[in-house]
Amino acid sequence: MNKIFDIIIIGAGVVGCSIARELSRFKLDLMVIEKEEDVASGISKGNSGVIHAGYHKEPGSLKATLNVAGHRYFQEWGEQLDFPVKFNGKLVVAKVKEEVEGLRKLMERGRKNGVKGLELIDAQQIKNFEPRVEGIAAMYSPFSGITSPYLMTIALAENACRNGVKFEFEQEVNAISRVNNLFRIQTAGNQEYYSRWLINSAGLNSAKVSRLICHNKHRIFPCRGQYYLTDKIDDLISMLIYPLPSKDGVTLGIHITPTVDGNILIGPSAEYIDSLEDTACTREVMDKLKREAEQFLPEIREAPFIRNYAGIRPKLFYPGSGVNDSDYIIEEDSEIHYMINLIGIESPGLTAAPAIADMVVNMVGEKEDLVLNDQFCPERKAPLIFAQQSEADQARLIQDDPAYGEVICRCETVTRKEVIEAFDNILGVRSLDGLKRRCRIMAGRCQGGFCTTRIVEILRDEYGLSPEQIFKSNFQSPLFYGRVKDD
Amino acid sequence: MIEKDIDIAVIGAGPAGMAAAISAREKGVKDIILLERNPFLGGILIQCIHDGFGLHLFDQNLTGPEYAEELIQHLIKAKVPFLTEAMVIDINAQKEIRVVSRQGLLKLKAKAIVLAMGCRERTRGALEIPGTRPAGIFTAGVAQSLVNLQNLKIGKEVVILGSGDVGLIMARRLKIEGLKVLRVIEKLPYCSGLVRNRVQCLRDYDIPLHLSSTVIDIHGKDRLEALTAAQLNEKGEILYDTAEVIPCDTLLLSVGLIPENELSRKAEVRLDWRTLGAEVDDYVETNTPGIFSCGNVLHIHDVADYASQEGFLAGERAACRVRENQGKVLRFPVNASKEIKYVVPQLIREDCRETELKFRVTEPFENIRIIVKNGGETLFRKKFLKIMPSEMNMVKISSDKPLDKVYVELEKTEIA
Ligand SMILES: Cc1cc2nc3c(=O)[nH]c(=O)nc-3n(C[C@H](O)[C@H](O)[C@H](O)COP(=O)(O)OP(=O)(O)OC[C@H]3O[C@@H](n4cnc5c(N)ncnc54)[C@H](O)[C@@H]3O)c2cc1C
Ligand SMILES: Cc1cc2nc3c(=O)[nH]c(=O)nc-3n(C[C@H](O)[C@H](O)[C@H](O)COP(=O)(O)OP(=O)(O)OC[C@H]3O[C@@H](n4cnc5c(N)ncnc54)[C@H](O)[C@@H]3O)c2cc1C
Repeated sequence: MNKIFDIIIIGAGVVGCSIARELSRFKLDLMVIEKEEDVASGISKGNSGVIHAGYHKEPGSLKATLNVAGHRYFQEWGEQLDFPVKFNGKLVVAKVKEEVEGLRKLMERGRKNGVKGLELIDAQQIKNFEPRVEGIAAMYSPFSGITSPYLMTIALAENACRNGVKFEFEQEVNAISRVNNLFRIQTAGNQEYYSRWLINSAGLNSAKVSRLICHNKHRIFPCRGQYYLTDKIDDLISMLIYPLPSKDGVTLGIHITPTVDGNILIGPSAEYIDSLEDTACTREVMDKLKREAEQFLPEIREAPFIRNYAGIRPKLFYPGSGVNDSDYIIEEDSEIHYMINLIGIESPGLTAAPAIADMVVNMVGEKEDLVLNDQFCPERKAPLIFAQQSEADQARLIQDDPAYGEVICRCETVTRKEVIEAFDNILGVRSLDGLKRRCRIMAGRCQGGFCTTRIVEILRDEYGLSPEQIFKSNFQSPLFYGRVKDD
Repeated sequence: MIEKDIDIAVIGAGPAGMAAAISAREKGVKDIILLERNPFLGGILIQCIHDGFGLHLFDQNLTGPEYAEELIQHLIKAKVPFLTEAMVIDINAQKEIRVVSRQGLLKLKAKAIVLAMGCRERTRGALEIPGTRPAGIFTAGVAQSLVNLQNLKIGKEVVILGSGDVGLIMARRLKIEGLKVLRVIEKLPYCSGLVRNRVQCLRDYDIPLHLSSTVIDIHGKDRLEALTAAQLNEKGEILYDTAEVIPCDTLLLSVGLIPENELSRKAEVRLDWRTLGAEVDDYVETNTPGIFSCGNVLHIHDVADYASQEGFLAGERAACRVRENQGKVLRFPVNASKEIKYVVPQLIREDCRETELKFRVTEPFENIRIIVKNGGETLFRKKFLKIMPSEMNMVKISSDKPLDKVYVELEKTEIA
């Protein structure tokens, strides 16, 4: 007989991992099932990484309340779980007089939502903050910030794992049934799992997964957002630079966002698409991104671009439907008890994730007594980053472990030791994309030109991997087809 | 942490850096160190197992590793100290150098530095090709190293974007190894690699070259599944009705090399936007006194021999700089007409009476004359039937007056 879990969570995005981590405070048998080979492989990797202050959404909505509540966790979670959090502030910039009214409305909404510190500033004050930004007025939001969405998700998952949560990767849930008051969850990989509770945080697939057993009519309309990423640039901007949100309410507009690593993001666009998986970038949109960004920051034109990517929003409405926003669905199904669906968790879902987790814990707590796990450890340490150490510490590190003396990535100065630590992650993730997210290797300006061959060597020498066992992401993405000549 | 004063540090042990170290040593400087991040000497040469090296320097047709071996033997005979698996992670204008190796952190203070870090390849991100981001997209140089040095089979059906030399050489290599090389796609109306490579790598192996074409979309979620290619008109605009889907699992990019000058910037070395390398004078000295630059980090060379020759010059001049500290010298800019993409050196010293100019043209020209003047005086004048951007032109000039108004230009000649 299979083991029976108290709670199974479907989807290892930032929402699923936040829930798993918060539930691991209690004596529960927990498991997370994820269809990809790593956490943060869905919406949680392709977004802007912005910690929203909370003035965008309709007062009283779940989106607004959970955003503001979620925001309060970031300082503490960043320290406890050792992921980057930076409150560098935001300017929502007006280009023409007519837009100033829009800024006022935004401020008013922010005040109603309980957002602190919002201020209307003039052109001169914009220049004082950001000499290179063009605008006639702006709303300044001092507590807006940035994080690394995947490092945050990894941190949560590692801490959850450390506190006993099991993670299953490359298992796509494709059938759910009720057997003797238990959920039977079956996957495309022919595995079967049983649990008392089922939490569906499957992101873009959340509607589909819920319909595997629930009788609801929820539907997700995928809306893609494309980005440009520049090389690291000093002194261009330090804050987030936003336009006024689009009138139709679909998006926050194309903005310019520094990342925690010092690169700059331009995006996201917004186009409804047919597929839940189509994260391709397109020529017209790529051109548009640059054009729009230049309006606010002319010098971005000369920036060296190193990568494009896209993420997909799980919208619950489609354009022209007359609706211009919809709230999150976070509820226990009315017929299928013990099944909690989280559907349509679009922006500000990253910011709201801690508060969403709280809400889900309370929903579980209402139906059964939760007993604190006295072994729970709230802390998690990120692996050390050699490039950020002082000269004396670097010298000492190499002396203690010469693997710190072998630089594998020239762009980001990542050492062999860091690659090995990243590869030895407790979740057991073994893909090159997973390595990249964990130690920034292949993420710099040369995009793997220098390090690819070295990583292949390390994987062979330290882990005995054959060429066929090296994947970019999941098992369908091999890098090599064996050897050229037999040894 | 070890701290040490040193006369000359050479960064990078490719054909340029090795040559620089050898010549500095032969000029009598003993306190030298050659620093290389790879576990071996030779730089890019080691993965170039094809022949075609050494024709100018050694009068022989050598493979890359053989060419490297010649220099390494020389280096050992000259007793040049070197350190491999040693990555320079920082330098500054005071010529302080930070080196990381398994032995520890090494801090050097040098009297002169020779920059010889080579280049890196342009990537897909820099090209801004739309589409998905699957496995199976490699730059040609990385592919060369994976195939030649690690014996890895990088794919089955390959398309190569860009007709740079590395791409052409890899087209042949992969075909010999039994992979299907479907085509080479080049956006320009002419091949950007050397003629000899076009003939020996593509024509002799029946690999089609599609000019005035490019890749406009990439398909496949996990591993590459197909590309969309299309032709371009004379203005370089995409002709969408020529779009064609090409099923394949591998794309190699051979779309340009970029001098690796991140370290140079930290030492306040001024870069030339045309070469993306340092701005140097006829001693290959940069604007930061005592810092010299040579090889691919200065400008892209298609022939290793010339990179080495530049290295010899850099080493020799660095040796002089160690011995005598010079006062202030004037440097005159070298100018050129718009058909000239760049000229190295960019500056000529006031006491210089003889030097060599290296330059490339912006596009192919036929029936032209290259003219180099110094004010009213013509220093060089020669007719060419054809001149290609892929070939670096080298012209020796001399005068008994200061070379203060050097100007390089092209002149149309009547068809012979
Ligand atoms: C373009 C864009 C920009 C954004 N910017 C911001 C921002 O700046 N700030 C902010 O706060 N929010 C932002 N968001 C919103 C935020 O990114 C999301 O709300 C959040 O990442 C959602 O997380 P999730 O865990 O619900 O979804 P996901 O990260 O998609 O996680 C769901 C997981 O479920 C897995 N899964 C799906 N189906 C199955 C199955 N059948 N079996 C097993 N596993 C399955 C998926 O592989 C995936 O890993 C943005 C979103 C987008 C699209
Ligand atoms: C793929 C390819 C094929 C070629 N084929 C031919 C051919 O057939 N015939 C021909 O004549 N020429 C050929 N060339 C051209 C020729 O090989 C190059 O022009 C020549 O190698 C350039 O020499 P270099 O010393 O400047 O650079 P490289 O050979 O690239 O050497 C630079 C060295 O610096 C080291 N380095 C860089 N940064 C650091 C640091 N921070 N710390 C320590 N070390 C560092 C690198 O590891 C490297 O070893 C080819 C070039 C390429 C790229």
